[in-house]
Amino acid sequence: MDITLLIAAAIKIGVFIGITMTFVSICVIFERRFSAIIQDRVGPNRTMIPLSILGFKKDFALPIGGLTQPVADGLKFILKEDFTPSYVRTVFFWLAPVFVVVPALLTMAVVPFGSPMEFGDTVIPMAVADLNVGPLFIFAIASLSVYGITLAGWASNSKYPFFGGVRACAQMISYEIALGLSIIPILMFFGGLNLGHIVEEQVKNGWLLLPLWNEGGFIIGSGYWGQENVIQRLLLLIPLGISFVIFTTSIFAETNRMPFDLPECETELVGGYHTEYSSMKFALFFMGEYAAMVVGSALIVTLFFGGWSIGFGIDGLLPTGAWWVSLIHIGCFLTKVTVFILFFILVRWTIPRFRYDQLMNLGWIVFFEAALINVFLAALVIAYPSIGFMGFIVGFIILAIASVLLILIAKGTTKKPSATAV
Amino acid sequence: MAIIKVQRPKLSAGEKIYFGSIFKGMIITLRHAFRSLVGKSVGAKELNSSGVGITMQYPEQKWDEELPEYYRGTPALVTDELDRERCVSCQLCEFICPPKAIKITPGEIPSSDEWAKVEKRPQAFDIDMIRCIYCGMCEEVCPEQAIYLRPDYVVTGTTRKEMVHDKDRLYEIGGKRVGLVNKWNDLK
Repeated sequence: MDITLLIAAAIKIGVFIGITMTFVSICVIFERRFSAIIQDRVGPNRTMIPLSILGFKKDFALPIGGLTQPVADGLKFILKEDFTPSYVRTVFFWLAPVFVVVPALLTMAVVPFGSPMEFGDTVIPMAVADLNVGPLFIFAIASLSVYGITLAGWASNSKYPFFGGVRACAQMISYEIALGLSIIPILMFFGGLNLGHIVEEQVKNGWLLLPLWNEGGFIIGSGYWGQENVIQRLLLLIPLGISFVIFTTSIFAETNRMPFDLPECETELVGGYHTEYSSMKFALFFMGEYAAMVVGSALIVTLFFGGWSIGFGIDGLLPTGAWWVSLIHIGCFLTKVTVFILFFILVRWTIPRFRYDQLMNLGWIVFFEAALINVFLAALVIAYPSIGFMGFIVGFIILAIASVLLILIAKGTTKKPSATAV
Repeated sequence: MAIIKVQRPKLSAGEKIYFGSIFKGMIITLRHAFRSLVGKSVGAKELNSSGVGITMQYPEQKWDEELPEYYRGTPALVTDELDRERCVSCQLCEFICPPKAIKITPGEIPSSDEWAKVEKRPQAFDIDMIRCIYCGMCEEVCPEQAIYLRPDYVVTGTTRKEMVHDKDRLYEIGGKRVGLVNKWNDLK
């Protein structure tokens, strides 16, 4: 590996971790302000830069609308007393917050932030590690964060955190399957696992869920319809749409966000797995959760909404490889991620929390099977050109029968609560 | 009372699939957020909102005109229509004060004074506003109606000393209060 790539990698690690951490704090301020607005409040809007500590005579309220609130929050967390209860399992108690934060930050390594930059003849991809197994890496690492939560629950040596930990463990494991299965149609469509290539494909042929343009031009022009397999591409929107719904919902469950925040639901479990934590250790849980949210949004954007591409054919007009184009693309990517973070918050204040058995049913009975059927449905649509119309119909009928059987089995084996039971 | 069995409502297929309702809910939330952002929330006008939601932003906007007559803010001493101190330093308020915020140094009125028959007036009268809990017991217990809870509520200071209201400050807050009080009654 030559030295340019090494230096570039070091810079990228620094910058992207910086961006992620900034986004975590942006998440916090957005969460607080947006929640406040939804609830007819104002939210934290007065936090300012205290100019008096810089030697000025008076504090001057810069009109930044409380943007420094996360900084103030962070300072508060650092300065608070770090209290460790006496009967905790100390080593694990200290390890747990780390296990939550590190995976969340690690997963950001494979997400492409922008289009590749060219310096001379070296092309530098705008992802820390341009792996060929991107999504697999993300799932492998992201599922490690369940250890952190479970350890926190167990090591606290207290019953409510323990319940929280157990719930988190069960929940994350059950949604991981749906998460993994739901992206198989996408991987089949792109024929690869490299997130960078997936995004580049979407630049050319339209975002996965918005195939409004392709190499022939826009959907309104004749060039678009002249491309081969256009109908098939549009038909694919059905399995891909199902994938999107399952994937997004599973991401909500994975990040312990509302409506699936049972591990920390304060009405039942005091504070959930982090009840016994204080100060910076609690802040790490907090950060881990928000970092997971950022990574989740980034993943949704990358897979379904074209990653860093501006879309609508504008990318093709820009020169490839120039540094400013890369920066524009990074900005575009971050904008999309922000939109999704706002969506996360919107969902939080729209949908009430699930009951635990509903959550498990949704994970194991609905999403698992829907994702499984969806894989075959996508395969059928993708195979359409080679099997012909008759093959497609036959395949569809077989799939329908199999699905109905699967649903019947799932329904039949689920014991209904009897009507007479009190 | 007979036992009423409540049946769960039958859900239609659309309701079972659930996503339509979620989508509708999100639109409702968004619309509410938008209305709140432009200051059109329900009740924003009546509650004197600052423009976002229904919140009034405190130091810039105040509710003082709407405060009721009987609002119980800081305790303060009052004078009568002739600017005489009503307080006779009987120290009942000092004794009743639950957080022991009041401290009175009684003083004698010299016999040369026109109102020598009153005998006592406070030499010093301190209320520690850090301790005060605004319970109003001093007002209730005062036989001379000399101490009242006034509508002022902004009591701030950067030192502990500033937070102790002395006699001058108390009279400044309290002002004049007209009405018959026993001790000035010549018949008695």
